[in-house]
Amino acid sequence: MISVRKLVKRFGTKTVLRGLDFEARQGEFVAILGPNGAGKTTFLRILASLSRPTLGDLQIAGYRLPAQAAAVRSRLGVVTHLPLLYGDLSAEENLRFYGRMYQVENLNERITEVLNLVGLFQYRRELVRTFSRGMQQRLSIGRAIIHDPEVMLFDEPHTGLDQDACDMLDALLRNVAALGRTVLITSHDLARVESLAGRFDVLSRGVITSSVERSNLGQRNLLDFYRGALVN
Amino acid sequence: MQIQAAVNRSQPSSYLKTIGAIVWKDLAAELRSRELLAAMLVFALLVVIIFNFAIELQPALRLTITPGVLWVTFAFAGTLGLNRSMAIEKDRGCLDGLLLAPVDRSAIYFGKAVSNLAFMMIVEVIVLPVYALLYNVNLFQPGLLLTILLGSIGYVAVGTLLSSMAVQARTRDALLPIMLFPVVLPVLLAAVKASGGFLQQVPMNTIWPWLNILIVYDVVFTAIAFMVFDFIVEE
Repeated sequence: MISVRKLVKRFGTKTVLRGLDFEARQGEFVAILGPNGAGKTTFLRILASLSRPTLGDLQIAGYRLPAQAAAVRSRLGVVTHLPLLYGDLSAEENLRFYGRMYQVENLNERITEVLNLVGLFQYRRELVRTFSRGMQQRLSIGRAIIHDPEVMLFDEPHTGLDQDACDMLDALLRNVAALGRTVLITSHDLARVESLAGRFDVLSRGVITSSVERSNLGQRNLLDFYRGALVN
Repeated sequence: MQIQAAVNRSQPSSYLKTIGAIVWKDLAAELRSRELLAAMLVFALLVVIIFNFAIELQPALRLTITPGVLWVTFAFAGTLGLNRSMAIEKDRGCLDGLLLAPVDRSAIYFGKAVSNLAFMMIVEVIVLPVYALLYNVNLFQPGLLLTILLGSIGYVAVGTLLSSMAVQARTRDALLPIMLFPVVLPVLLAAVKASGGFLQQVPMNTIWPWLNILIVYDVVFTAIAFMVFDFIVEE
């Protein structure tokens, strides 16, 4: 579903990604871990076609980036720590706007369905700026799935959320992943992603240095694996 | 719960529908907050009133100075609006939300440009009668209104493009006027000259060259924006 070969990204003289290779199969839930500045956000922004790769070969759902970016974007849902929502529009109006941008058919029914899924149907007419951070993040997931994408990218989705909001978000993430979507998530919260993802890749100094399936972690916990990967 | 959406992925979103969606979103949000229009309008009216008191004008001089005051007002108020319009997109990451949509990115530019033009014209519609009243000048002449429309289109065409560049910088509020005014100088010059011509009722053959400059500028800069917007907004 996602195939990345020898990805390089430079900002001026600074090289952030240094020949990164990555694969994810359909339905796989992959957590990308790494210290600050490792290049996780840059990697996700390139996959989302928000940033142009300097070098490398990228394919998502059989479409190449950046040449077929529009086809890739129609199959992608992206959630970041920013909500990407308009505070002066209601929850329903935000979804309607993004639904129109993605040319979603039967939009009214779809909006109702998504609002029910993220648990915000009763707040559909309220302005987003009156929402708590947790509600905004749930609506942000609704925005990202309004067009039923095949691939979901989550960049630090837990940032700024309290414990309860994180738990609700995790339940929603499991729900989203359970529908056979390919999911990539970056996070600093190892305890949270340990229970979510099926595979853990460590990104350090611009390349994937280690990768492990959850079933192969054995007696080790994710923190031990992560520390070991950074030392190596 | 099974989530499925019928999405037409075989063809890109209709260009005009995308523009319409962005304009609808901007107008709906502005109707709620009124922060952009209120700032532009108050600023424009203050400029007009300050000029009225600061410059003691002889009636004969009014027609000469009116086009300049008018376009300075529109240009300064327009800059405020352009800055705010893009800042709203940037501050909550909404610009990324727009760029993630599977649409031709030039449609995003045109959507924002049409919204900005609508805001600028709303301000102009309110400022013109106030100006006419304070300065005792008849501004409701078809030729002058056409000039204001052409000048506003040129100003917004360049301003929307440059504001999408400036919004990436921390100093965006100061950066936009610094980048915009040198580029938009031909529009302001031609608009002031054409407006003055209509007010002083000079022959049309004197005014036409200035109108032609406005039309050419509008077409050229709209075409440039269409071609380069994608590169400007992508990292």
